[in-house]
Order: sequence, then C-alpha cells, then structure tokens
Amino acid sequence: MKFIHLKSPMLVVFFKEVLENIRDRRTMINALLIGPLLGPLLFIVLISALTDREVQKSEAPLEVSVIGAQYAPNLIESLRQQGLKIKPAVDDPEKRIHDQDEEVILRIPPDFAQSWNKGETSQVEVLHDSSHRDSGTPVERLRRMLEGYAQRNATMRVVARGLSPSVSTPLIVASRDLSTPQSRGGVIFAMLPYFLIMTLFYGGMYLAIDTTAGERERQSLEPLLVNPVARWKIMVGKLGATFVFAMAALCLSLLTFAFSGKLIPADTLGIQLHLGTYFIVLTLLVMAPLALLITALQTTIAAFAKSYREAQTFLSLLMMIPLIPTMMLAVLPVKPQLWMMSVPLLGQHLLIMKLVRGDVVTTNELGLCLGCGLIVALLACVVAALVYRSERLAISA
Amino acid sequence: MIEARDLHKAFGTVKAAEGVSFIARDGEITGLLGPNGAGKTTTLRMLYTLMRPDRGAVLIDGRNVADEAEAVRRALGVLPDARGLYKRLTARENIEYFAQLHGLDAATTNARCNTLIAALEMQDIADRRTEGFSQGQRVKTAIARALVHDPRNVILDEPTNGLDVMATRTMRGFLKQLRNEGRCVLFSSHIMQEVAALCDRIVVIAHGRVVAEGTPDELRANTGEPNLEDAFVKIIGSEEGLHA
Repeated sequence: MKFIHLKSPMLVVFFKEVLENIRDRRTMINALLIGPLLGPLLFIVLISALTDREVQKSEAPLEVSVIGAQYAPNLIESLRQQGLKIKPAVDDPEKRIHDQDEEVILRIPPDFAQSWNKGETSQVEVLHDSSHRDSGTPVERLRRMLEGYAQRNATMRVVARGLSPSVSTPLIVASRDLSTPQSRGGVIFAMLPYFLIMTLFYGGMYLAIDTTAGERERQSLEPLLVNPVARWKIMVGKLGATFVFAMAALCLSLLTFAFSGKLIPADTLGIQLHLGTYFIVLTLLVMAPLALLITALQTTIAAFAKSYREAQTFLSLLMMIPLIPTMMLAVLPVKPQLWMMSVPLLGQHLLIMKLVRGDVVTTNELGLCLGCGLIVALLACVVAALVYRSERLAISA
Repeated sequence: MIEARDLHKAFGTVKAAEGVSFIARDGEITGLLGPNGAGKTTTLRMLYTLMRPDRGAVLIDGRNVADEAEAVRRALGVLPDARGLYKRLTARENIEYFAQLHGLDAATTNARCNTLIAALEMQDIADRRTEGFSQGQRVKTAIARALVHDPRNVILDEPTNGLDVMATRTMRGFLKQLRNEGRCVLFSSHIMQEVAALCDRIVVIAHGRVVAEGTPDELRANTGEPNLEDAFVKIIGSEEGLHA
C-alpha cells in the first residue's frame, strides 16, 4: 500500500498512525468493537431485564403466604377479590423471610375477630425485609389491598353510626406525577452520559499509549524525532489520530444505542427515548471538545510515563475521573445551572441527559459547553506539546 | 562536516561528556571508539540534535545546531542506538514515512527508495512487513530510512551491533561507498577491529573526554605500539570494555 503524498508533516504522522493502527486487528477489536458495541448492548440488556422484572412484579398475580387466615375470613375474601393468591401458612415465617424464601408474609393474630367485632382497632402484621430491594413492590401492593379493605370498613362503620364518611377522612393527599414520558426515560438513562464518556476514554486509550510510550518502548521514537519536523507537529499528528479513533468509537456507540434503544420496553414504562439523528449529531458536537481534552491528557500522561505498563496504569486511573460527575449527580440531584455547562465532563453529562430526555438545549448552554470545553482542551494540548519538548521523551531507560 | 566543540553533558551527578571536541571531515570515515559507558551515545545524541549540550557547540557544515536545528537535521542522516521499525508497515513504507517527513516529493521519494533498496541489497524484503525481520534486515531498513533524504553527513551509533559476519561485510562496504560519494561519515563503535578496518580517522573517547585523535598510523606512532590494539589499551589505560 502506497502512502498518499502529503505536504504537512502533521498529516503525514496522522495518516501513518491511522494506517498502522487499522492494520492492528487487536486494537481495532478493542477500540472499535468491544468498547462501543458491547458496552451499549450490555447496558440495554441490563436495563430491559430490570424493567421487564419491574413490569412483571406489578402486574403478575401476587402470591402471599398467610398465617392465621382462619381468624379473618372476610378480610381474606376481600384480598382474594383484589387478586391476591393466598398460600398456606408456613412455619417459622421470620426465618423464611430472612432466607428470602418468601418476599412477604401476612400474619393475622388469633384475637383479630374479637377486637374486630368489638369495633376496636385490629392489627395484622406484614412481614418483610426492607433491605431486599425485590420486596418493595409486593409489600406495597399487599399494603394497598389491606388499606383499601380498612378504608371501606371504616366508611361503613361511620355510616352505620349516622355520620358522614368525610368525618373520618379530614385529609386526602392527592399526588400528581408531573414527570413527562421523556423525563422518566431520562432517569433510566442517567447512566448514558457516563457510558458515552467512557467510550471516548476507551476509544483513544490504546492509541495514546501506542503512539508515545509504545513507540518509545519499540525504540522508534528517537529516529522519528531526528527528522526535521518540530516536535509539536509530530505530537499534533499523533493526537489527531487518537482523537479520530476516540470519536469513531463514540460514533459507533451512539449508532448502537440508536438501533438497540428500541429493545428497551419503553412503551410499557410509558417513556420515550430520544436517540434519533438530532441526538447523535448534537452529542458528537458536544463531545468533540471533551474528546480532544481526554486525548490530550492521555497523550501527556503516556508521554510522561516511563513504560508502556506504567502508561496503562496511569490511564486506567484517569478513567476514574468521569465517575465523579456521575456519582455527584446520582447522590445530589442538583438543578442544572448555566455555569455548570462550562465545566468539562459535567457540562457534557448534563447536556446529554437533556438531549435524551428531549428537553430543549439553548444556544447559551451549547455555546458555553463548546467554548469552555475547547479552551480547556487546547490548554491540555499545549501541556502535551510541552511534555513532548522534554529531552528524556525519546530516550527509553 | 561535523564539528564538536567542548561538549559537556551531565545527567544529575553523572557526567557523560566533559569537554568533547573533534572534527569529522567530508570524504572521510571517522570512528568514535571507546569502551562501554565512555559517553559515545550521549556525544552522538548531542551531535544529531536530540540532546542539548550543557556547554559547548555543535556545527554541522558550519551551521550551529542550537540556532538551526531543523536545517541541520536536513543535512544529517542518523542511525541512532534505538532503531525500532514500525512492524505493521512494510520496509518500503517505513522508508517512505521518513521521506515524507523530510518533505520529499513523490518522484524523489520513489527514486531514493529504489536506490537505497538496491544499494543495501534488500529487494527481497522491501515489500514485506517488518514484523519478524532479522537483526540485519532491521538495520538495513533503519539505515535506508535514515539516508532517504540524501544527507551530506551520516551519523551511525554502533551500526554493526548484533549483525552477523555477512551483514557486517555489507555494512562496511556501504559505509565505504558513502565516503566515496564524498559524504562525512561518523560512527561509534566499541569494536576495535571494525574501527581499524574502516576508519580514516579515529577519535578515542574515555570517561567523557577525547583521549586521542588521529589516523590509525598516527595513533600507532604516538603510542609507540606497532599493534593498534595495544595502542588503544595504552591510550585508554585499561582493557575494560573493549572488544578485539
């Protein structure tokens, strides 16, 4: 294969790095297949498995073991009518809950009928373990059935005494969920920005190491730097190749999301995911300065590292950084402010969340995110160029 | 012409060069001879602009390296100690890459590649990827790529290191050819036989200093030793690090 003839040394370096890495099957599989394709697929399978289960739990008939069913036949009948399947009593209910053999058990005390008939307050026990996430939905459903039964009987008792039912219900709390289908989808996809940012990191990482620490370790950096080309130009060519690979990985990842997003049972959850062309184009735009920043950092660190392995270790640590805004937004659900868009990582994170929800992204937000991102990225490039000027860069120990 | 003027270089407390001065002329092969750790590689690195001397100056064809690094590099062909190739590129692509970095046009690149491939007898490997090349094939490729821009001055750091007898013979013939073309050839070695067989002038380095300089005959005469090997031992003061 012939080199295309190029004038600028930056382009010469760029195309050589791209060509060399396209010929490396392992890198291609790593950077352009596993990262961008497997990640989203795994993510979507996980999400749909989770939502499927939630849907099933709230719609499937609930089966609950009842202890002392014989003491409250009317209550049991009412529960049956509400769709509950009564299972026979079990021994040692506390242990069975603890061992997760049962999610929830209803216990009716022997004196239930006695206090009921006297018109006193009777007690039933719902046994469950709130530390098991799974039990939340069935417990909630059982409790709602019991409360419905209690409410109806309270009304009947009040009416029987010649009073208005409203006497016993001075307050009704009506909660109206104002989330839109899009915003509920956004909650599910709060992890999406993180996934995309990781794809950038992963897409560029191998090349960043290979073109600096790797090239030095293979002893080809010293001859390269003896050529009559300013070091910063060589650096720009390598950085460009790394950047293109990172963006290509992101692009593939976005396409995977766009196609496989349909696998998510969005309709059953009543949500809508905006993963169309608009989302892809704007996300690529928003991520471009971040990709430049990340690749510049990766190049700097890889150039600074003494060996290939050291570079790998450092860059794996660097991958922890995008966790910060994700964790922060998960723990403290802050209201997005305009200034936050100027913070690299955080800005991208917030904007992508907005986009996937279908919210309007203003020109101000976009401009701030792109502008500040670009300034910080260029600063990082300058740092990388300075590291490249170091005398010990070329020399492997 | 390559001129080193009072070069000093220290790494922390280790002084690699302490006042190295010599001249390598056009149309001559100059050998930089010295035991391992004498400062040969550091000196060469200063000559080919990879390192900046703490003190002193390097002049290539009269141009100061400190002022005109890029112009100097155009006049220099360098085979450094590190001679790694790009293993996923063919030998020819490796050479073309450097030609393009030198800004050669397509026709010149092609012509120079063919000339060098023929001169180094590497037609059979030119279009193979360099992964799995033997040491000799690697050195040939590295030399071809170092000389693709037809430089006046050639610096080679231990060019025959790791080569077998046949490859060494080819290399020596090639260096002589470069000299006969009127170029300035400077190479380092710790192998005396090689220096004796090739060099018009010898610069002996030990402990970061030039300890002797001259033609092989001058060195023999100055030390009063009829045998060049004994002359070297006398100059350096010990047999340590020298190979016959």
